[in-house]
Amino acid sequence: MFEYAPAPESRSVVEIASSYGLFIDGSFEQAVDGNVFKTVNPASEEVLAEVAAAGQEDVDRAVAAARRAFASWSAMPGSERAKYLFRIARIIQERSRELAVLESLDNGKPIKESRDVDLPLVAAHFFYYAGWADKLAYAGFGPDPRPLGVAGQVIPWNFPLLMLAWKIAPALATGNTVVLKPAETTPLSALFFADVCRQAELPPGVVNIVTGAGDTGAYLVQHPDVNKVAFTGSTEVGREIARAVAGTGKRLTLELGGKAANIVFDDAPIDQAVEGIVNGIFFNQGHVCCAGSRLLVQESIAEELLTSLKRRMATLRVGDPLDKNTDVGAINSAAQLARITELSEIGATEGAERWSPACQLPDRGFWFAPTIFTGVTQAHRIAREEIFGPVLSVLTFRTPAEAIEKANNTPYGLSAGIWTEKGSRILSVADKLRAGVVWANTFNKFDPTSPFGGYKESGYGREGGRHGLEAYLA
Amino acid sequence: MTVTAATGLSDLRSFLHGLPGVDKVGVEARAAALATRSVKTTSKASAIDLAIRMVDLTTLEGADTPGKVRALCAKGIRPDPADPSCPPVAAICVYPAMAPVAAAALAGSGVHLASVATAFPSGQAPLEVRLADTREAVAAGADEIDMVISRGAFLAGDYRRVFEEIVAVKEAAGAAHLKVILETGELATYDNVRRASWLAMLAGADFIKTSTGKVAVNATLPVTLVMLEAVRDFRDRHGRQVGVKPAGGIKTTKDAIKYLVMINETVGDDWLHPDWFRFGASSLLNDLLMQRTKLTTGHYAGPDYFTLD
Repeated sequence: MFEYAPAPESRSVVEIASSYGLFIDGSFEQAVDGNVFKTVNPASEEVLAEVAAAGQEDVDRAVAAARRAFASWSAMPGSERAKYLFRIARIIQERSRELAVLESLDNGKPIKESRDVDLPLVAAHFFYYAGWADKLAYAGFGPDPRPLGVAGQVIPWNFPLLMLAWKIAPALATGNTVVLKPAETTPLSALFFADVCRQAELPPGVVNIVTGAGDTGAYLVQHPDVNKVAFTGSTEVGREIARAVAGTGKRLTLELGGKAANIVFDDAPIDQAVEGIVNGIFFNQGHVCCAGSRLLVQESIAEELLTSLKRRMATLRVGDPLDKNTDVGAINSAAQLARITELSEIGATEGAERWSPACQLPDRGFWFAPTIFTGVTQAHRIAREEIFGPVLSVLTFRTPAEAIEKANNTPYGLSAGIWTEKGSRILSVADKLRAGVVWANTFNKFDPTSPFGGYKESGYGREGGRHGLEAYLA
Repeated sequence: MTVTAATGLSDLRSFLHGLPGVDKVGVEARAAALATRSVKTTSKASAIDLAIRMVDLTTLEGADTPGKVRALCAKGIRPDPADPSCPPVAAICVYPAMAPVAAAALAGSGVHLASVATAFPSGQAPLEVRLADTREAVAAGADEIDMVISRGAFLAGDYRRVFEEIVAVKEAAGAAHLKVILETGELATYDNVRRASWLAMLAGADFIKTSTGKVAVNATLPVTLVMLEAVRDFRDRHGRQVGVKPAGGIKTTKDAIKYLVMINETVGDDWLHPDWFRFGASSLLNDLLMQRTKLTTGHYAGPDYFTLD
């Protein structure tokens, strides 16, 4: 092979302060009780910054600020709100290199993904919802849809800035104000977004960012003056939130886990299907709720497909997230690495055959080699539980009916993929899959105009597209 | 023919139509993703030297003269007169009428002589004329023959005719290496590119080549990707390695490196050699030389510091 010399993206485009406060009412403040936590670069375990941990009082202040801002923000003509959103979108584009490097440092994802996927989508979401702000009367939710009030939003660590955009852009476009809690391990891009809001001269209190761990999130979703809760994360936490919110009159949307089936029929375009499988499970280290973590391949081509898949996996470049040629970066945290490791060991113990390409993992940081398990059945835990890592379970099927049955035989229903050159099969199978998103001859493609959300334990409500407005309107 | 016996010539159509389809969106996305690889410093230096060694330095003009061809040969043998460490190109590619001149100019240099033949570029001449064209070129000293397939026959579904013509040209070419030009710009779909690649390989091609350089659409990254996948799969099945030559429109070092990255990550090492991969190009060479000088000296020299072809 010809080796590529290191091609690191420069870190100097982003200046990370040693400590950060909470963003409340347009300014950065320390937590009342002075608590802080550290955020690390998962690729090196280096501490990037100290961040304030918001307590109950801090969350109260943030919600109060959002409530004060709501009166004028919701009364503002949509065309005026749109100007702020367009401005935010443009500033994000202007600062995209800085934000991409920051995201890769704090999250561990390869720079090529933060640069080519995350940041362009973040800007696109703000542009898209900016366009809706003055057209809400024509969105199909009545002639005069009203905002709900204060939205409490809790987002995960896998796409920190993108999940922020999914939450904040529709909320602001519809005239709501926001208190958002980023994930404990990836707070930095949300704090930089706070700076983007200041740069855009967004009125104070319209967006508030409270950093912290799970209890901060719990204070926020339980706060009596929050009108709407939006959560993306694990099914376990989603269930707790649903319980906490039940009977309060708060509106709730949940986007939770997944165990998506990526179904490859014998008439699939094999080389492109292999790319789709790789993209489905190794994109973002598999830290994707809609990852194609269960490969269902027709038995008649299973051997051939697996040979191709293994050959392709051998070319995946695992390592420094800031290297422009890295395909698979670092696992986001020690805790997540432990979970992936544990479930993989269970897979081997339960009798599935484990395979990884030869690859040298860095000494420091959190790393897991791309892995596939073959000989997996529906009874294996690795076929049922979300691993949220670069681990693919391979199952086979004989007929389209069996493929559909197996694909649907899961508590989740977030996404699915179909690979076939036969158009009629795409339509008939997609119709029977109980999943919110079904991709045909592609995988993990996102667009702000397209609604996203799940069936069953993958949650309820839709984000993105016209549908995404509904969650923020009465 | 052992290959035909293995496939069954009568089954040619069902075999070619039974190959897995190519998803257009997917193959173009994959090619675009590979094109974002960042190749710098030492890797760039070795990539440039490899690319120079893979160039089929080409002149295929009505205005070609012995003088022009001799100049091109001299350039191919010693691309950078100021730097003896610069490797020669793989081959000089000319029309059959110019083959005797080029053969004399290249004698003893180790640079191959490729001649287009078979009524290049359209192929629209009687088979006997095309075979005679091929024999003449070989007799004049060409050790590589770049033939064109009958796109008309291929598009009409007459695969057997295309197959038999390639077999006949291969026989006429004798010991010379046969590069089969698919003219992918006229085949239009990736499915056709894959089928034509297999057809040419089954008929005995030593190389499959994208284009003549004489039509609107010439070599592209996704087309080359489909062809690389075809040679990879063909070797898995038949045990014989076939080379790939994109031609037409590859003008810059940046372009050339994208192709090398694609080889590296699709078919691997075995094809990263001038015996198995060529660039059909003319202006590419000077850009490679310019970048090579930039890497060694740290600054760009103007075009007058590089020789005309």
